[in-house]
Amino acid sequence: MKLLTANFISCAVKACKSSPLSFPLHFRDAELASKPVPYNPLLLSNLLPRLDWAALVTSSKELGFTLPETKPELPRLSASSFAATTGDGDMNMDGGAVGEEDEKTLRMLHKVLMETEVVEGKMVCGSCGFEYGIHQTVGNFLLPSHLV
Amino acid sequence: MADYEDQHVHQVYEKIASHFSATRYKPWPIVHEFLSTLPPGSVGVDVGCGNGKYLNVNPNVFIVGSDRCENLVKIAKDQAPTQDVATADILSQPHRPSSFDFALSIAVIHHLSSPERRVEAIASILELLKPAGEGRALLYVWALEQKNSRRGWDENSEQDVLVPWVLTKQFKEPSKKKGESAESESGSGSGSTEKAADSEESKPFLRYYHLYKQGELEDNVKSAGGNVLKSGYEKDNWWAIVERTTE
Repeated sequence: MKLLTANFISCAVKACKSSPLSFPLHFRDAELASKPVPYNPLLLSNLLPRLDWAALVTSSKELGFTLPETKPELPRLSASSFAATTGDGDMNMDGGAVGEEDEKTLRMLHKVLMETEVVEGKMVCGSCGFEYGIHQTVGNFLLPSHLV
Repeated sequence: MADYEDQHVHQVYEKIASHFSATRYKPWPIVHEFLSTLPPGSVGVDVGCGNGKYLNVNPNVFIVGSDRCENLVKIAKDQAPTQDVATADILSQPHRPSSFDFALSIAVIHHLSSPERRVEAIASILELLKPAGEGRALLYVWALEQKNSRRGWDENSEQDVLVPWVLTKQFKEPSKKKGESAESESGSGSGSTEKAADSEESKPFLRYYHLYKQGELEDNVKSAGGNVLKSGYEKDNWWAIVERTTE
């Protein structure tokens, strides 16, 4: 499970949906790996406004990362800022599309959101305490019948 | 109902996952268009993502695919390293409510075995979307009206059916090789399917489907509290693009 995904996952138990404690789920006993994927600044810069940053900071801390307390500011790139992709699938930016500082922020977001995978571990609901298992990078959110 | 679906949908997909996946690789045109026109950075869910064939259509959006079948989810994860997946049930979804720009549910809702459960499934997808105007879902179900298909069903056929899936030899577990290999999804009920039926392992797996009549998907969406923006028929299927109603 990617750190990005945790920003869009809450407890599957219906009674928990209305509780603010059911999001984000809390990582426990997490084993991490870095899985390289193509760098996509167009996606990242437009994804950023959709993130719940406070939840992301919480999840990151649980996995041992420190993110800035406030959401970084980035220009929202458009498809026209990009030339063709390079051989390794990375997006090739036209010179000057993104400043050096923004580029650094984008690379950091790429690493944290896209490349960090929880390979094994648990996600725990702060409302009902149910533990969801993550195995071989896949989270299992099937509930036992008494919780459905 | 849940037990019936477990036997006639969930367990079947676990067993046929790799064979099923090998036959599912071409995106359908309406789905392709829906995904390709999303603005960059859009975040969505693919509820019942199967082998993940729609996860990579548009590389500038982020999709979390989920499926009830663990074996299909594993295949999807390997195929889409820039996206993500989860094992989950459509009626108890872990996706964060009201936070998605889009949702897909392709060939899934027809596997639920009562009208109430199908409406509930649609409601649980609508719940994930941002408000009307910001979030949209594309739903796709198998049509009853498919006279020209291999199945030959028409508007007078039975709507609740069990459809056989026969595993071809290469996808069977190696220890149990008996019987003939047969054509996949051979709905004829004769020939190769029957020939293989003497051996337990070669029995076709039966999957439950509710075949949708014209207008029924739209009715279900309304009952679920949704609004139909656009709908139509594409190659043996009914589809609808829907949003939450404005309240």
